[in-house]
Amino acid sequence: MPTLHRTHIPARERQAVLWGGFAFVLIVAPLVFQSGLALTALSQMGYMIIICLSYNLLLGQGGMLSFGHAVYTGLGAFCAAHALNHAGAEGVPLPVSLVPLVGGLGGAAVAAVLGWVSTRKAHVPFAMITMGVGELVFAMTPMFPGLFGGEGGVSTNRVVGEPVFGITFGPQIQLYYLIATYCFACTALMFLFTATPLGRMLNAVRDNPERVAFVGCDPQTVRYIAFVIAGFFAGIGGGLFALNFELVQGSAVGGLTSASYLLYTYIGGTLLFFGPIIGAILSVLVGVLLSEFTKAWALYLGLAFMLIVMYAPGGLSAILMANLRVAASGKFSRLVKPGSALLAATPVWLAGVTSLVEMTYHRQIHAPLNPTFRHFGVLLDVSDGADWAGAAALALVGGVLFECARRGFVRHWRMVQEEMHALEPGAEGAS
Amino acid sequence: MAFFALSLLNGVSYGLLLFMLSAGLTLIMSMMGVLNFAHASFYMLGAYLAYQVSAWIGFWPALLISPLVAALLGAVFERWVLRRVHRHGHASELLVTVGLSFVMLEVVQLVWGRAPVGYRIPAELEGPLFTLFGSPFPLYRAFMMGVSILMLVAIWLLVSRTRIGLVIQAALTHPDMVQALGHDVPRVSMGVFGGGVALAALAGVVGGNAYTTEPGMAFSVGNIVFVVVVVGGMGSLGGAFVASLLIGVVTTFAVSLDQSLLHLLQAVDVPVTDAMANHALLALKISQVAPLLPYLLLVSVLIFRPKGLMGTRET
Repeated sequence: MPTLHRTHIPARERQAVLWGGFAFVLIVAPLVFQSGLALTALSQMGYMIIICLSYNLLLGQGGMLSFGHAVYTGLGAFCAAHALNHAGAEGVPLPVSLVPLVGGLGGAAVAAVLGWVSTRKAHVPFAMITMGVGELVFAMTPMFPGLFGGEGGVSTNRVVGEPVFGITFGPQIQLYYLIATYCFACTALMFLFTATPLGRMLNAVRDNPERVAFVGCDPQTVRYIAFVIAGFFAGIGGGLFALNFELVQGSAVGGLTSASYLLYTYIGGTLLFFGPIIGAILSVLVGVLLSEFTKAWALYLGLAFMLIVMYAPGGLSAILMANLRVAASGKFSRLVKPGSALLAATPVWLAGVTSLVEMTYHRQIHAPLNPTFRHFGVLLDVSDGADWAGAAALALVGGVLFECARRGFVRHWRMVQEEMHALEPGAEGAS
Repeated sequence: MAFFALSLLNGVSYGLLLFMLSAGLTLIMSMMGVLNFAHASFYMLGAYLAYQVSAWIGFWPALLISPLVAALLGAVFERWVLRRVHRHGHASELLVTVGLSFVMLEVVQLVWGRAPVGYRIPAELEGPLFTLFGSPFPLYRAFMMGVSILMLVAIWLLVSRTRIGLVIQAALTHPDMVQALGHDVPRVSMGVFGGGVALAALAGVVGGNAYTTEPGMAFSVGNIVFVVVVVGGMGSLGGAFVASLLIGVVTTFAVSLDQSLLHLLQAVDVPVTDAMANHALLALKISQVAPLLPYLLLVSVLIFRPKGLMGTRET
């Protein structure tokens, strides 16, 4: 597993700085971005971080590719919504701040039952079983309207009970700080889990289950416990989702939701603990901002995912760490020239490709009413052949430039990596 | 009786369609170890291509052109994408096909829009073939069944009676030895992937107009096809055939049955109270449970018989 290149700061202090920085960012973020949209986005990021990290307990730490994680977030959300409604209706002494924990316990309970079926196998069969279980639960949602609220879903109201210290969780900012608290606590707990003997055993089960069995430890049991823990944190994320939207619908347990967790976690990176955090932030940026900006966001997302799987299986976090390692070794200056060539060629290529895509979409949807639209400030006309030719030429030239720059960069990158590998003491053991 | 006979025929024709899809998937699975998540997307692509080609030059050329185009695209994907991620392991191969299914869905929506397209049954295949107990049986259903059975026989002949089939069978179990004997195993893989995808597209050509051609069709049928492959047994063509028919018939019957547990209780003379009649579980009709049945079957097969109905190895 890649780690930071050795520096002079001791590990313990570096950790303290990192965690302090994380807490600081969580506290300060809503003060910097004050608009209503930003606050909503930050709240979503908070629980998406928990969900993606819980997903990575399975995928990254345990090597379990799940296609049904939304079952545990979604059912956690339903549990939380029902708990909140009961707390409101009958005066059950359940403070709103503990409702996500109810979601977590719900998620863990469901995972304890369904995990028994799912975790008997690993790899591709595990993926298929989780997909089957996920579809099973999703197909059940319209059958039990009492539990899942039918087509409308279960709606709830988070302002119930007596305010504690004047906090009602009515205003979004109060809810944000509740989500941020949960986000920090869950991230810390999941990080601590990776350092426990069980967490280490989970990595061993991922890498070599036969060896684990030989040592006298049952891989199925390890997978099962990890699955239940992941279900618990997923349920907390779902509970916060329920508090945030005050409405949970059947699609919350659906296959598309599960697939999106997989996509963003993988894009963020599964090899490093913090990778899914990047994925979670990206998911909200794509869902809130990019989907406003372009109709073709799902196409770009799918292509980005395929490129990551093909060229950078470690995800964005691994790319980031590899660059930091190069920077720490002082060889970054040698990558500046090929790197900037790559950075210069990419926008040209992307501008051409996205123009083509956007023009096709525009032609499909709006063309009869209004053939022109603005793309990055440039007025494009889908009824004009010259615009199509221009976009295609830009895409072609940009593509050639990008490929040349990419090859140059890869050549320099490999050279630098080999030199670093040769210099590093005891490098044989490192990955 | 009319209900029974017609449901059985409809179920068998749906099951045969499922088999066309699952045959390609199971061939790819056993040959390359790749679970092709985008398989149903090629089914969708086949239907859309057939819609386009039949709008230009007619249905019969589309029956040939659409699978060929899909096979070409599949081969390109195998050669330039799948082979590249092969060294990262099976999980990466699976993930890249997941990505492909997203991209194909978006591209189809980009080109043909989000609403269903008017892909119709050709005029020469319209109308009933015969009338059974007063209800007509459409000619097109019979045509679908005919295409499926022809294809089934063709695959069986190809795999068991030809030299290419022999190489494919050998490459399934002993790829290194086959390579050593001078056969290009990666090219065989490319051919199998292209061929499997072509079968899915063919299913799309004949199924797209019998059902609806819309962007959601890949998602709705894709999961069922996975169920078929697992229930039948990974890599077993015979198992896929049995499982396809089983699931086709069971789901077709289930959607038209309105009985519930309450009827069962009444039949064995248990007095039904109002509270029981309003109970969510007891009042559930079989037709409401129908979408659940394939997945229930999947989970129970995985628990009680992980090899699948006719599989030879554990999934």
